[in-house]
Amino acid sequence: MTSRRAAVLLALPGLVALAALFVAPQALMFESSLGRRSFYGGVVHQWSLDNYRRALEPLYLTILARSVALALATTLLCLLLAYPVAYWIGRRAPMRARNALLVLVILPFWTSFLVRMYAWIFVLRTEGLVNTALGLAGLGPLNLLYNDAAVLLGQVYGELPFMILPLYASLERLDRSLLEAAADLGAGPGRALWRVTLPLSRPGIVAGSVLVFIPSLGAYLAPDLLGGARTVYMGSLIQSQFAFVRDAPFGAALSFLLSLVVLLLLLVFRRPLGEARRA
Amino acid sequence: MRGVVALQGLRKAFGDVVAVRDVSLEIRSGEFLTLLGPSGCGKTTLLRMIAGFEPPDAGQVLISGRDVTARPAYQRPVNTVFQQYALFPHRTVAGNVAFGLEMQRLGKAQIAERVEKALEMVRLGGLGDRRPSQLSGGQQQRVALARAVVLEPEVLLLDEPMAALDLKLRQEMRVEVKNLQERLGITFVFVTHDQEEALVMSDRIAVMNRGCVEQVGAPEALYDRPRTRFVADFLAVRNLLRATVVSVSSGRAALRTPGGVTFAAADDGGYRAGAAVWVGVRPERMRFVEAEASELNDDGDNRWHGTLEDEIYLGDRTDWRVRVGEETVTVAESAAVARARRRGEPVTVSFPADAVLRLEDAEAEGR
Repeated sequence: MTSRRAAVLLALPGLVALAALFVAPQALMFESSLGRRSFYGGVVHQWSLDNYRRALEPLYLTILARSVALALATTLLCLLLAYPVAYWIGRRAPMRARNALLVLVILPFWTSFLVRMYAWIFVLRTEGLVNTALGLAGLGPLNLLYNDAAVLLGQVYGELPFMILPLYASLERLDRSLLEAAADLGAGPGRALWRVTLPLSRPGIVAGSVLVFIPSLGAYLAPDLLGGARTVYMGSLIQSQFAFVRDAPFGAALSFLLSLVVLLLLLVFRRPLGEARRA
Repeated sequence: MRGVVALQGLRKAFGDVVAVRDVSLEIRSGEFLTLLGPSGCGKTTLLRMIAGFEPPDAGQVLISGRDVTARPAYQRPVNTVFQQYALFPHRTVAGNVAFGLEMQRLGKAQIAERVEKALEMVRLGGLGDRRPSQLSGGQQQRVALARAVVLEPEVLLLDEPMAALDLKLRQEMRVEVKNLQERLGITFVFVTHDQEEALVMSDRIAVMNRGCVEQVGAPEALYDRPRTRFVADFLAVRNLLRATVVSVSSGRAALRTPGGVTFAAADDGGYRAGAAVWVGVRPERMRFVEAEASELNDDGDNRWHGTLEDEIYLGDRTDWRVRVGEETVTVAESAAVARARRRGEPVTVSFPADAVLRLEDAEAEGR
């Protein structure tokens, strides 16, 4: 057997799974996005672009913009918080401690995201941990829950590990002699960070940002539980179309709109992304 | 004082391993000094302490008369050419050379001009827009050189810069780096484990062993008069013999090896009757003579009768391994005079008394 045929055979199970679990559902979704809702919540297969026209109404575009803003804010905050952590684990922490530290980073994954969101409610609610502590100090209570800040907090908390890991990978293999060269040529610590470390960890920054941005765009658990569903984001909007409004065709159209935004962003960033893949 | 490097009692240990122990060394302004030694002798650690990458456990580093021991690398008037060049992969060739100038906050026009000049100097004019990864090893090394000298440092440090190049390129670069140093007139401190490289390029060589400087001197001085067994061995004095001084008289010392082989050495005033010494003889100072002829023509040289054991053909010369009593010595014969010999053949080896180098060694008793 030629190695080419062997490669095709080896790829076959994956390709089949991809076709059955990704391409086929997407095709079905796309088909139903062209249909319309029947009286009892089924799909009437009469094709039109009405759902897309509706999805582009100002009301829904505002929600989309809000979701993009949340995803951008989440990505930026994650980047700012994760960089020092990844830098410290990858370049400063003793070698033998690094694996243990990485386990600590992914430790939250051992618990379901849903459960962890409820845990945050216990921390933030009016009779919660923070406010009880503040009360003992004679302060508060503060409204920490059911606002946009709580949503952002939940998102950042949930996505942080996805930023730390790729940043760690790119910082850890950064050649020490390059930093020595920077110092040798007169760059103090700050300028070496700005002119050498940051540019050279760009693959990690890009990879981490994509990994955080895309799921944040469709987030609905944190907006629902920590935001109290007071502010509508794309994720909860889509979920409600399927679950409560029972307008699957419109929900499908909104999903595709969201996918389109992701696709456009990936196209804009395809050059740095290519670098991230090669690195 | 500009360009003078004074190392005073430098010491550095990594855990239990002492890399550099109490090294004091004065490097003169504008000289090409080589730190020569095998891997693990501490030469790179010493260089890194001059550069400011390793803080010494004890001692001082003075550059141009100023104590820089406490100063970080980015505040020292030295620049380094790294072993693997350490070029910034995210910058072009010109961007690499410009880095240090940008750190000095020079104007764009001035930077461009100096970068251009530096690249011309290392014969890389016109390649400024390339990425380092698009260059050959030799070209990358030139970039590393240009990047360091463009800042006109008081001292240039070079950490085995040619180790990654193939032999032919290495030989070319030796001449080029040496010429560069003479043109710039700045102090070069060069680290290598290659004795030939050291001999070709240096004004002075400091031979290092186990964290200490064993001997410092001009290449000729070191080559002609290695003082210790280690230095002799490192500079290709292949025949090292342990011997006892039998007697000393009229400028000659009579020596005998533990196996009973006797020979005479020119007395440099250091032989004492009854003392145990280490001596060395370069293979190229030994030659073969016809046994009968030597009886008739006594020139006062040492004569050893032995058996040919092995032949090591090296192209321009042949090394013969000769068994003399319990000793085995190496005789180098240049291709011009070499003739066919058979293993097992009886031979007579001759060498003058002044070819015997007396080696000072604390461990003369040992091994």
